[in-house]
Amino acid sequence: MDAVFKALADPTRRQLLDRLFARNGQTLGSLCEEIKMSRQAVTKHLALLEAANLIAAQKRGREKLHYLNPVPINEIADRWIGKYERHRVRALADLKKNLEGKTDD
Amino acid sequence: MTDKFVYVTYIRTTPEKMWEALTKPEFTRQFWFGIAQESTFEPGAPWKLVGSEGKVYDTGEVLECDPPRRLVVKWRNEFKPELKAEGYSRCTMELEPDGEITKLTITHTIDREGSKFIEAVSGGWPKVLSGLKSLLETGHAIEPSHPKR
Repeated sequence: MDAVFKALADPTRRQLLDRLFARNGQTLGSLCEEIKMSRQAVTKHLALLEAANLIAAQKRGREKLHYLNPVPINEIADRWIGKYERHRVRALADLKKNLEGKTDD
Repeated sequence: MTDKFVYVTYIRTTPEKMWEALTKPEFTRQFWFGIAQESTFEPGAPWKLVGSEGKVYDTGEVLECDPPRRLVVKWRNEFKPELKAEGYSRCTMELEPDGEITKLTITHTIDREGSKFIEAVSGGWPKVLSGLKSLLETGHAIEPSHPKR
């Protein structure tokens, strides 16, 4: 989890994730163009994001495509937010059940 | 063109246990919103995602099956007309052991751009994977199924 917070604690890296959120599966070249930064700098940032499992990279021929991996962020949400959300979801479900007099899927 | 996402999670378990959690309904229902895969898991066999109340959410076919390493399914939504209309997607689940950890990679693709189906499943997978991790590492899923299914 430390690696995830460290990776997210940088505006350029968050921008890279935003670019992948907008268009998933980009090459290093297209990411450099999008954020106007050198290949060397972007390569370093991508390595950190990949080490934190926030990016999954897949080979396609000679190219390496980068995909946003939100799974670690969901784990963080589950740890501190999930419990409140569950109560809210349950409260709403109970309210619905009481009002409608039946269970719902 | 294709729409595609790749999700990865690392879980402290063996590929065998992870495979069981993904393919045995009594385990799967604990972390997959009460839903489970139903199939004989042989290439060419029918495949479906079924809720505990018997509702069929998605259907398709097993394209490749190599337990406990790799499962590829042809997958189409069945309960939302606009998603069903997009036709079949392809979902690959790959399990790779790495010491005490097993890496799970989910790749889901469809041969079209701006797919509503891919958008819908891409939002669900992170929750399913967090639930799977919790179940395998702690013995219970944090994420319960939808309330009172």
